[in-house]
Amino acid sequence: MLRWIVWRDLLVAWRRRADALSTLFFFVIVVSLFPLGVGPESELLRSIAPGVVWVAALLASMLSLGRLFANDYQDGTLEQLLLTPQPLYLVVLGKVGAQWLTSELPLVCIAPLLGIQFGLSNETLVILVVGLILGTPVLSLIGSIGAALTLGLRGSSVLISILVLPLYIPVLIFGAGAVEANIIGQPAVSHLYLLGAMTVLSIIFAPWATAAALRISIE
Amino acid sequence: MNLYKYASPTNFYPLAGKLIPWFATPAAILFAVGLFVGFFIAPPDFQQGDAYRIMFIHVPAAWLGMLLYVLMAFYAGIGWAFNARLASMMASSIAITGAMFTFLALVTGAFWGKPTWGTWWVWDARMTSTLILMFLYIGFISLQSSIEDPRRADRAGAVLALVGVINVPIIYFSVQWWNTLHQGATIRILQKPTIHGSMLWSMLIMLAACWLYSVAVVLIRVRCIILEREQNAARFAEVTV
Repeated sequence: MLRWIVWRDLLVAWRRRADALSTLFFFVIVVSLFPLGVGPESELLRSIAPGVVWVAALLASMLSLGRLFANDYQDGTLEQLLLTPQPLYLVVLGKVGAQWLTSELPLVCIAPLLGIQFGLSNETLVILVVGLILGTPVLSLIGSIGAALTLGLRGSSVLISILVLPLYIPVLIFGAGAVEANIIGQPAVSHLYLLGAMTVLSIIFAPWATAAALRISIE
Repeated sequence: MNLYKYASPTNFYPLAGKLIPWFATPAAILFAVGLFVGFFIAPPDFQQGDAYRIMFIHVPAAWLGMLLYVLMAFYAGIGWAFNARLASMMASSIAITGAMFTFLALVTGAFWGKPTWGTWWVWDARMTSTLILMFLYIGFISLQSSIEDPRRADRAGAVLALVGVINVPIIYFSVQWWNTLHQGATIRILQKPTIHGSMLWSMLIMLAACWLYSVAVVLIRVRCIILEREQNAARFAEVTV
């Protein structure tokens, strides 16, 4: 069931490649705006790079969250999924997994390139990517709660940001903190461990909350 | 007497109406007493002069801002788990008072910070987490107000409030960690060795006044919500009781 959901969502995403690509370009453009805004001094850019990349990743994940359940909700698929005998937890996990693969993984892949533009060293780039791999699933999982709560509401895309962005703050702190610690020559492992802990916790609890929110939104 | 009778909004409506003066009057008296003690009896602080007196409203406001969030989540959770309409209505009415106190704590903190620290705002761990707490309140209120079906609004708000309550300690500790990482600019809140008796009393009286005020205002607001949602039943109860 889990595999089927992931496969189906990947197929749907493949048929609408432009959606996933626009998230990626949004990420690249937002990150590229910062040097234009704060000036080209490489020292300054290096010190703000971790925060900029992470904040851009948070904003980019907002874009794809709106689509997580909305299309299935409109054509009635979601209602059928709720009626299946399989636990809704797995359905949610599958959909979030597919969303991570289509929307977050490309960001993780392009991030080193942006890091090079900001003058980060190779070792720092590795930390950035590891942090993003550990942290972006939390973004998808927590974001799915917001997406489920705002399903079918007016102006839901803005509402998701208001609900979810404050909850992203720990991920931002530890994700950017890991990179920053590496830049100033401190071990980044403790930050990464904490990010990993958050990932595990949110894999366990967030789909459950999302499932509850879906049942509330569809009655 | 069966207390569960008052779990029904229709029965609670007249009871709340009778209870409000019992909370509002002591709140007004204690506010007057607390402010009098705070302004005229408590001595000026030897470090901060008279500026510290803003603490008498700041500390209770910050305290209530945090406690009311937990209370709101508790009521919202009860309302969701037991399908109790009144508890959900209480959660919605607590949210606004809680957001108001959090905002008040931030504003008074800024007014206190200007003369004492020389700056309106510092990215101190406590201030940052209070700001985030206000964002959580805003999220709760805006989610509820954009859902038209009241029962769906209650339940969706409950999920959000409970997720928020789990996240509040995580956010608090991560902000503290973040703050120690960026040590450079932090200013620690001045530690006073002891606090003068009248200062403490004034603070406690103001805290009690704020609690009583919150109860009164929440009851008034819950009456409005009951009227809005169950107009006919509530009016009927008012007439017959």
